[in-house]
Amino acid sequence: MSNEHTPLLEIRNIKKDFFGNQVLTDINFRLEEGQVLGFCGENGAGKSTLMKILFGMDVIRETGGYEGDILLNGQKVTFNSPFDAIAAGIGMVHQEFSLIPGFTATENILLDREPQKKSVISEIFGNRLNTLDRKEMSVRAEKAIDRMGVRIDPKMVVNEMPVGHKQFTEIARELSKDQLKLLILDEPTAVLTEKEAEALLDSIRGMASRGIAVIFITHRLHEILSVCDNVVVMRDGFVVKDVPAKDTNVEEITRWMVGRSVENAGSDSASVTDAGSDSRETIMKIEKLWVDMPGETVRNVNLEVKKGEILGIGGLAGQGKLGIPNGVMGLYEAGGKVTFDGKEIPLNSPRKCLDASLAFVSEDRRGVGLLLDESLEWNVAFPAMQIQNKFLKNYLGGLIKWRDEKAIHEVTQKYIDELQIRCTSSRQSAKELSGGNQQKVCLAKAFALEPKFLFVSEPTRGIDVGAKALVLNALKKFNRESGVTVVMISSELEELRQVCDRIAIVSGGKIAGILPAASPSEEFGMLMVSNVK
Amino acid sequence: MSNENATTKGNVLQTGQQKKKGNSLLNLLASNTVPIMFIIICAVCIPISGFSPAYLINEILTRMGRNTFLILALLIPIMAGMGLNFGMTLGAMAAEIGLIFVSDWQIYGIPGMVLAMIISIPISMLLGLICGKILNAAKGREMVASYIISFFINGIYQLIVLYMMGSIIPIKHTTVKLPRGYGIRNTVSLLNMRQKLDDLLAINVKGVKIPVATFIVIGLLCLFIVWFRKTKLGQDMRAVGQDMEVARDAGIDVERTRIISILMSTVIAGFGMVIYLQNMGNLSTYSSHSQIGMFAIAALLVGGASVDKASIGNVFLGVTLFHLMFIVAPSAGAKITGDSMIGEYFRVFVSYAVITIALIMYETKKRREKSQMAELLAAEQEADA
Repeated sequence: MSNEHTPLLEIRNIKKDFFGNQVLTDINFRLEEGQVLGFCGENGAGKSTLMKILFGMDVIRETGGYEGDILLNGQKVTFNSPFDAIAAGIGMVHQEFSLIPGFTATENILLDREPQKKSVISEIFGNRLNTLDRKEMSVRAEKAIDRMGVRIDPKMVVNEMPVGHKQFTEIARELSKDQLKLLILDEPTAVLTEKEAEALLDSIRGMASRGIAVIFITHRLHEILSVCDNVVVMRDGFVVKDVPAKDTNVEEITRWMVGRSVENAGSDSASVTDAGSDSRETIMKIEKLWVDMPGETVRNVNLEVKKGEILGIGGLAGQGKLGIPNGVMGLYEAGGKVTFDGKEIPLNSPRKCLDASLAFVSEDRRGVGLLLDESLEWNVAFPAMQIQNKFLKNYLGGLIKWRDEKAIHEVTQKYIDELQIRCTSSRQSAKELSGGNQQKVCLAKAFALEPKFLFVSEPTRGIDVGAKALVLNALKKFNRESGVTVVMISSELEELRQVCDRIAIVSGGKIAGILPAASPSEEFGMLMVSNVK
Repeated sequence: MSNENATTKGNVLQTGQQKKKGNSLLNLLASNTVPIMFIIICAVCIPISGFSPAYLINEILTRMGRNTFLILALLIPIMAGMGLNFGMTLGAMAAEIGLIFVSDWQIYGIPGMVLAMIISIPISMLLGLICGKILNAAKGREMVASYIISFFINGIYQLIVLYMMGSIIPIKHTTVKLPRGYGIRNTVSLLNMRQKLDDLLAINVKGVKIPVATFIVIGLLCLFIVWFRKTKLGQDMRAVGQDMEVARDAGIDVERTRIISILMSTVIAGFGMVIYLQNMGNLSTYSSHSQIGMFAIAALLVGGASVDKASIGNVFLGVTLFHLMFIVAPSAGAKITGDSMIGEYFRVFVSYAVITIALIMYETKKRREKSQMAELLAAEQEADA
């Protein structure tokens, strides 16, 4: 890289923490005009946060801003809102579509930037009563579509489009902005078919040759190699590698992405896997499961869970790993067949699942997991009371049931001690606790049900390292001492490898493979990206 | 390469459409349940009622002229995604205040109507602004909020009309004022204004009176709405109506756009109320406006509109069917049961029923669309296996 001229974009020493939780540390990279920069890393590596900083998203400012400098053409810039970033020539295509469903591609491409015709009425009442210049609109939309190089029908309405077209409409919208110098594509190929993805890569090359710099975030590593000039690999908030794409390969990038310390990670769990999980009986059999959970769609999953094991389910975000427990437990519409302990469990009926001694610690702990305004005692005892008539005193032959406050207090106190929940008393309300302690309450709630089978979804999301270790140990202990089968879903592979016996990797809504926890992380990495659609 | 792409995508889309086609007739019936129901009711009631076609046409044209303008006022908030604007009652109240002043000043005929409309504009705008601001604070619950706002503003209207007019606000004429010296009478006669617009340019075809001038005014409003959809503001409203967040990200001022839509609706409703009352020929000071919103909304829904979609066609179909039922049902009811009250009872009951059914259908349709997604997923899996 030459130092004589100023690059289009230079990132200097960017740091960012969310309330003391460091997510980005000393990020540095530069990007020249017409260059394509590939960004990869596991979930939570900090890619999205970095892009949010670059695009001036509100969430960054609301959480205390960032440290370090962003230089555009050698000038230091501060974006107070995405509109500043757009004005400076940065365009971003987000993972979630930002399109008006009932509008045509043309209308969406030029949303709020429509060419207009003045009329007598608008002279009097202001510009918003200008009529739209439909002809000019289609000309400009056509031009943007041409620049993209992938044909889409400008007259097609968005909600009738296949997913790929929606993605291309978004890209065309960015390209229709004349000032565009830098385009950020956040996993644009995630929703595309093989052929569409090829077309997109072509179009990226085309943009680059016209002098537009592109930051390309993807989990499909071979795409990065085929289209990018440079690859930046991130892990745990650090840039671990910044190399020219031609000097590396998929295996190497995978290792940089996941490979903390490949050697010692498996050692802890190795001792528990040799129990020979194959010989154990199957406690839950999932056949042909589909789940319609937005953003976490599950397709045709077949899975067997052995009695007494801890099974991990891992995979990249949005590939469907969260859909599996939510579907089985009846929180989202699902189909297929689930057999538990020899009996078939009806889907779409949370109560039946709970009656069958299944329990679920949801990833959405504030929404689904906790009664935020109620005390810890209530939170811990409520489901057990509701479902199993525990902690109740019966009078008049069961006609009147009173809560057994003493028993509730005792059991809550027991879990507070066991899980080291930091609180002022067992009567403190749940919303006053920190994230980690709330998570522990969720676990206590599930433990109090004394289930035979426990789903734990993202148990360590958003909690600090100390709490993390405690939560994981509690799960392990619960499994080993009470013989409860545990299925743990997590985005963090390392944490699964610490706790689980076997790990299933979900990719593209399907189980891509099941490996013993001690397998090398490259193998997991390959599975994660195997079916990514 | 890219061409090939387009064709494969085209194929995907086509198979999707073919699948839809099998259910298309059923879907058509399902999405037009309310109009079909009304056509059946009318078809049964017309012969029983024994009215002559000329009489029916005459009645429908009169009622069309009376109500259409009011119903058109509902279109703009629906476009902006704010649902059925029960707050149109606010505009009706503004129009009534205008008409009270005009009657007091004894300005008759068309000039009186125009003046009443002009007086109603600032009041409508103020009320629309208040309503719009409140609805922005109650996003997603606009309908219920606007319904309650209309009750709240009704209280203020009564305070002004019953206590302040004549005491603080000068009202001179004794035919308007209550004998006690302040407050407005229960009924204000608009005899001098009665059907002045309807009679202007009216033509008589075989005993059927066509209120041409009224229809011209309605036609102008329709043209305005068609034109308005093509303006930048109209486009912004459609965008806001479909997805507020996306519109905001694109730089559209969502809050302001929503307020403007309610404001416009209120002003149009005010004009509509003046037209409505000139046809009736008298103003029930304390009750004329109370069910205006309800009947206008019911008529629109009968025309096949839903909470998020309504067209000018829905307005005309709705006003025809709804009022046809109003005309024939009492008579048919009286013929069958021998009691003329049954028809009166029937029309109020049906209005509420229509609104309830339409709201339920809107929800079930949304749910059905959602479960279609799930079915698609299951089918896709079958195909894979």
